[in-house]
Amino acid sequence: MADLMKIRARLKDGLTEVKILMSHPMETGRRKGDFDELVPAHFIQLVTATLNGKAVLEAQWGTGVSKNPYLTFRLRNAKVGDKVAVVWHDNKGESNAIETAIEPG
Amino acid sequence: MNRRTWIKSVGVLLALAMSAPLRSLAAVWNKPAFEAQKVDAALHGLGVSQASATQDVVLIAPDMAENGAIVQIEVESRIPNTESIAILVEKNPTPLIADFIFSNGADPYVVTRIKMAETSELKAIVKAGGQYFSVTKKVEVALGGCG
Repeated sequence: MADLMKIRARLKDGLTEVKILMSHPMETGRRKGDFDELVPAHFIQLVTATLNGKAVLEAQWGTGVSKNPYLTFRLRNAKVGDKVAVVWHDNKGESNAIETAIEPG
Repeated sequence: MNRRTWIKSVGVLLALAMSAPLRSLAAVWNKPAFEAQKVDAALHGLGVSQASATQDVVLIAPDMAENGAIVQIEVESRIPNTESIAILVEKNPTPLIADFIFSNGADPYVVTRIKMAETSELKAIVKAGGQYFSVTKKVEVALGGCG
């Protein structure tokens, strides 16, 4: 199975940069398929990130985020080896999660 | 309440707690704001009544996007105590793209890729200390990306 999520977290000059790539169709519900039928909306609504289990970022999304969403965010006060976890939930009740340890930049 | 009903109610509570992620997703996702078809309605849904223009939020996006399906944007707020950053595209069928809420040492900074249906104003609304600030940038779109 293709990776549904990729993550990388690097600490450089006191700032940890977390980059995430998610595999998701992000269908708006307005697109027409091959047989002129409307493709039902299917999109990520909520992305939450935690640092060592503590919430750091909550993203609510509509249908306007591109297919296979990409996200970068930054953390202060994080150390090499700290755990960054990201979870997404979509409008069909599907979800996916990934965790990584912060690497030195 | 006897012991048996007490144990039962604890069980029900536990089951509710375990199903919390789904329930809270429905509670958390700002449906009125995300389904609004006009910027004003989306802002109303977000609870924004007035946003003042600011120089302290940096919004980086291309002047001209070849493909509206993937427009990379970067937003950074330099306003102290920034709580959240919302991103809107005025001429999209549903203008509100995303709302990012920061806590516990997350920097008010995001990079992401968004869809733009046509040439439009791109807006970032920053909430800081209970006030709202906005920056706007026009992005020309060669090929619309809102299917």
